[in-house]
Amino acid sequence: MAESPSSLAYPPQTSSEAVIQFSDVRIGFAEGEILRGVSFSAQPKETLVLLGETGSGKTLTLKIAAGLLRPDSGTVDVLGECVSRMSEHELLLLRRKVGFVFQEGALFDSLTVGENVAYRLHEDHVNEEEIEPRVREVLQFVELGNTMGQLPSELSGGMRRRVAIARAVVNRPAIVFYDSPTAGLDPITSQTIITLILRLRDVYGVTALLATQRLQDGFALANFHFDSATRCVRRDSTREKSSAVVTRFLVLRDGKIYFEGSPEELLAANDRYLQRFLI
Amino acid sequence: MAETPLHITQHQADSPETPSVLEVLLDAAKTNVLKVQEYSKLSFRSLTNLATSPRYMQDALSQMDDIGVGSLPIVLLSGFFIGAVMVLQTGTQFERFGQSSLTGDVVAIALVRELGPSITGLLVAGRCASGIASELGSMLVTEQVDAMRAMGTDPSRKLVSPRVLATLITLPLLTTISVFIGLVGGMVASVFSLRLDATTFWERAIAVLQFSDIMQGFSKSVVFGFILATVGCYQGLNVRGGTQGVGRATTQAVVVSSVLIIVADTFLTKIALFLADKVF
Repeated sequence: MAESPSSLAYPPQTSSEAVIQFSDVRIGFAEGEILRGVSFSAQPKETLVLLGETGSGKTLTLKIAAGLLRPDSGTVDVLGECVSRMSEHELLLLRRKVGFVFQEGALFDSLTVGENVAYRLHEDHVNEEEIEPRVREVLQFVELGNTMGQLPSELSGGMRRRVAIARAVVNRPAIVFYDSPTAGLDPITSQTIITLILRLRDVYGVTALLATQRLQDGFALANFHFDSATRCVRRDSTREKSSAVVTRFLVLRDGKIYFEGSPEELLAANDRYLQRFLI
Repeated sequence: MAETPLHITQHQADSPETPSVLEVLLDAAKTNVLKVQEYSKLSFRSLTNLATSPRYMQDALSQMDDIGVGSLPIVLLSGFFIGAVMVLQTGTQFERFGQSSLTGDVVAIALVRELGPSITGLLVAGRCASGIASELGSMLVTEQVDAMRAMGTDPSRKLVSPRVLATLITLPLLTTISVFIGLVGGMVASVFSLRLDATTFWERAIAVLQFSDIMQGFSKSVVFGFILATVGCYQGLNVRGGTQGVGRATTQAVVVSSVLIIVADTFLTKIALFLADKVF
């Protein structure tokens, strides 16, 4: 499959302004405040790896960024629009420019794989003749070209996640939010998913916010890149790293950003809590 | 917070204050008022969505097939036997006064005004309100509704409005069929049990019906359809507590929609009788 001059080709992202901006975001529920003043930003083509224990608010952060939840206070800007103040109708329009990969895939179980992936294109009123080739192409991208007619229940967990990625990127979003895409998967399938995320980042320049509990996912994104010419994943050399796409880590703890920095800074951090992630 | 799982926090847990009876009652009242408000908003939106695009007509047609065609067997069966049993019950009373020919009148009025719409409404509520609630509830707990929102689709347009539209159209049709089959059942029973002439039964049944009776039955079926679809959708989209919550929502959908149908029936009957005097 052609990697770039295809229908999957993304519009260029040239702006250097933050595409995701959280400013003092707070949200709480009956059991208490979960996010207590979270602030961070992501630049175009950047990959932010959101680390944290279970219940630390990683999924909440993603859902707030996608406008699926409204924060109690603070502001969230995505693609230059203030998500936290938009009406639901305005949010629906904005969400068509971003992709969201849910932890369990959240595929529509009564639709086939092809219909799941085509869903967004139908919603965007893309020409019927254009839909099938695009669905085939994006399914081939996730190496599931032969599953078009299958139902999600007939797929394995890893395959469902790949279909979820295909569905999230079929309309070429500028940003993709990944909610623990490798959770509960075996190492080999996890590697396949991470390779897909690498390809999306390195071939199409997608900005990503990835929530995970697995540090190795973050380091894989930071230390490897997808080489379009050889179609292989390669480890970045020191020289390459200076020009490579930026991967940063955010660690959530007690509802706040506990650590923000590069993989090298995380490795060098002399902090007992952070070191527990590194074990 | 503990640094490692072995560390024990020194923080003393605050002992929770026991709320007073008044606070509990106020909280319960607020919760229920909020539920009514949310239900009203969803119901209103389900109708206003139909006035603007995008409209999901394919989904509405699919729901019509599921709700309308799918409910046909139970509606036909129950309609036939309700008509028959009505004749058996009323016919014996009329026979005592030598007026068994009036059976057709009574059965026709009862079926068109009351039993047709309410029995069909209750049957379809049992079958479809539960189905709608469990389907939407399952979608909610598996994050499919969130996925829909994440892809820029309004769930109230895609999931609620097609179901409401489908029920608004199909329930009056099902009621009409139920009434007709009920009259057939009544005719069969009157012929074989009361030894009445079939032609006499039909002639009397048709002659006794007025436009106001038909309008009463029609308006009831429309309102009942709206109630069962919106209650099913509301319960499904407000599931809490995973699969157990889906089960609860399914039961709630049937109970609430059935009770609302019976309550609405009383008020609609009163309004219809008032209008029949003033308008028709």
